[in-house]
Amino acid sequence: MLGGIGPALVSSVGAIAVALLVGAVVIVLSGDDPVVAYRALFRGAFGGVRPLSETLVAATPLVFGGLAFSLAYRAGMFNIGVEGQLVLGGLAAGWIGAQAFGLPRLLHLPLALAAALVVGGLWGALPGVLKARSGAHEVITTIMLNYLAARISAYAVGSNGPLKGSASLPATDPAQPSATLPRLVGDERVHAGILLALVAAGLLWYLLFRTTFGYRVRAVGLSRGAAAYAGIGWGRTITFAMLGSGMLAGLGGAAEVLGLQGRYYDRFSPGYGFTAIAIGLVGRNHPAGVVLAALVFGALNSGATAMQSAAGTSKELVQILQALVILAVAAFAAAGRLRLFAGRRVAGVGRRVPAGDRSAAVGMDPEIEARPQPPKV
Amino acid sequence: MATPLIFAAMGGLLSERSGVMNIALEGLMLIGAFSAAAGAHYTGSPYLGLLIGAVAAGLTAIIHAVWCITLRGDQIVAGTALNLLGIGVPAFLLQRLFGTAGRSPAVDRLPSLTSGLNVLVPAAFLLAPLVFYFLFRTKPGLRVLAAGEHPRAAESVGVAVDRYRYACVIASGVLGGIGGAFLSIGDVSFFTTNMTNGRGFIALAAMVFGNWTPFGTLGAAIFFGAAQAVQIQAQATGVPVSKELIIALPYLLTLVALTGLVRNSTPPAGLGRHAAAD
Repeated sequence: MLGGIGPALVSSVGAIAVALLVGAVVIVLSGDDPVVAYRALFRGAFGGVRPLSETLVAATPLVFGGLAFSLAYRAGMFNIGVEGQLVLGGLAAGWIGAQAFGLPRLLHLPLALAAALVVGGLWGALPGVLKARSGAHEVITTIMLNYLAARISAYAVGSNGPLKGSASLPATDPAQPSATLPRLVGDERVHAGILLALVAAGLLWYLLFRTTFGYRVRAVGLSRGAAAYAGIGWGRTITFAMLGSGMLAGLGGAAEVLGLQGRYYDRFSPGYGFTAIAIGLVGRNHPAGVVLAALVFGALNSGATAMQSAAGTSKELVQILQALVILAVAAFAAAGRLRLFAGRRVAGVGRRVPAGDRSAAVGMDPEIEARPQPPKV
Repeated sequence: MATPLIFAAMGGLLSERSGVMNIALEGLMLIGAFSAAAGAHYTGSPYLGLLIGAVAAGLTAIIHAVWCITLRGDQIVAGTALNLLGIGVPAFLLQRLFGTAGRSPAVDRLPSLTSGLNVLVPAAFLLAPLVFYFLFRTKPGLRVLAAGEHPRAAESVGVAVDRYRYACVIASGVLGGIGGAFLSIGDVSFFTTNMTNGRGFIALAAMVFGNWTPFGTLGAAIFFGAAQAVQIQAQATGVPVSKELIIALPYLLTLVALTGLVRNSTPPAGLGRHAAAD
């Protein structure tokens, strides 16, 4: 399984390199020194305990979001709704976490996380059900559900909101100590959420590549028609894939709230769910790739401030870099499909899906999965 | 309130009717809004600013077109990237050009024709019949529809599908850019980061709710715009209307429309398909 990642890794690293190169041109054009800027960026991300901790902190929600996006994508579903699922999962975890149940951490923390799993999962399953029932395109429904989630959050912890805490903030009460994710290294902000994220990545890998359900998900994503011919229920599979996707996203929100923020704030997410799309794509929707991509993006985010103060390059450059990475990954994938690299082709690369069968095209990732594997039951 | 929605939604309509999904409207509006404000700042003329905003967004849309049509990349991936660019590029340039974070210097606004209505407002309302006439009564328009419904059939009778799609995607950028410009140099007289505040997605919702037809889209855009206006009025006069409910209304209605409770939702059949044979 891991043997197939090589070419994907090359093209993802290539895409990041291209994005950094174009970014360097932008830095030069705006009158700064790209070497100074990138060196500061690198130092700010990896140069010491604090930068490393901040990189991991920034990567944590992105790992969850990227995994969430990937699970749905594998089933042929383009889950733009990670953001909303993450927000509502965080809200559920923050509210449960703030209740003084008098429970030990061993019970309270799992309870709060479970609330995030349920709420995030249901919010994610909804577009799956809508698509299975009436064919409503998940991209549109999830965009709408993101806005609804934002409104629900604004209402729930806004003035006179039912879940609002006693402080005059758009937030819940602070989480009880028994519901927080412990910090890992002294005073540094890195918390146990990153460990949860790695466990989630391992579980998702097992689910996708070692279980019947994972096989069904990938089969449906590769070809809805072929999967149906093999007796795999499409609607059921995409609904459960979206449920799992929402659960992962919700857990990401919970980790952010209980590990970093200490309470649920309205608008706590600066768009993790949208960056997650990039993470999934750059990581080729493989759990290992997602973890690596999240670390790269986390490093970009944590190094951005250092870059701004050392080189004067505004930290918004990082957002441009992230957009460039997405475009470069898409271009590399297209190059593979259009056989620009003839002669260096991996089995399956360049194989075209039937024209117009978008449900097949979305889930197809020929560079990792040359052909469907038989289920190992 | 409806004007920017109408422009952006008509842009989205043209793009999607030609078969190219365009979830990048939000980013295109932001590029248009920023470029218009920057253009008005440097030229001193809001009309030149409007032109610059439209051209800049049109040029940005070319990225979408190249990725979606020439490279046959995933249309949603490209749209997502453009939306990120729409947030990042203006923020970066604000810092670089004006040394400010979040807000551009004040510029001249488009002059009002009558009480607060500038030239873009009537233009927006003329746009729907214009788009309708173009799509359903002219030869190029019908070819656009053919490209969107069945690209391979269109190709087989000699329609240059990719060329029509390029034109439509660029047009959607121009219209989205004008919609954005209306916000920065029509509504107010400066650009702020993320000032579209989701209007690109509401425009998308209007197009879906309007079932991909010009007049349906116009109606939906007016309705969504009115919902926003009512909300602002209600807040100003203290009418106890639930603010959250009204803001959420366009999204809820779109979900309802999509699930077919209102009527059948029929996107162009060739949306996202490519013309070229394998």
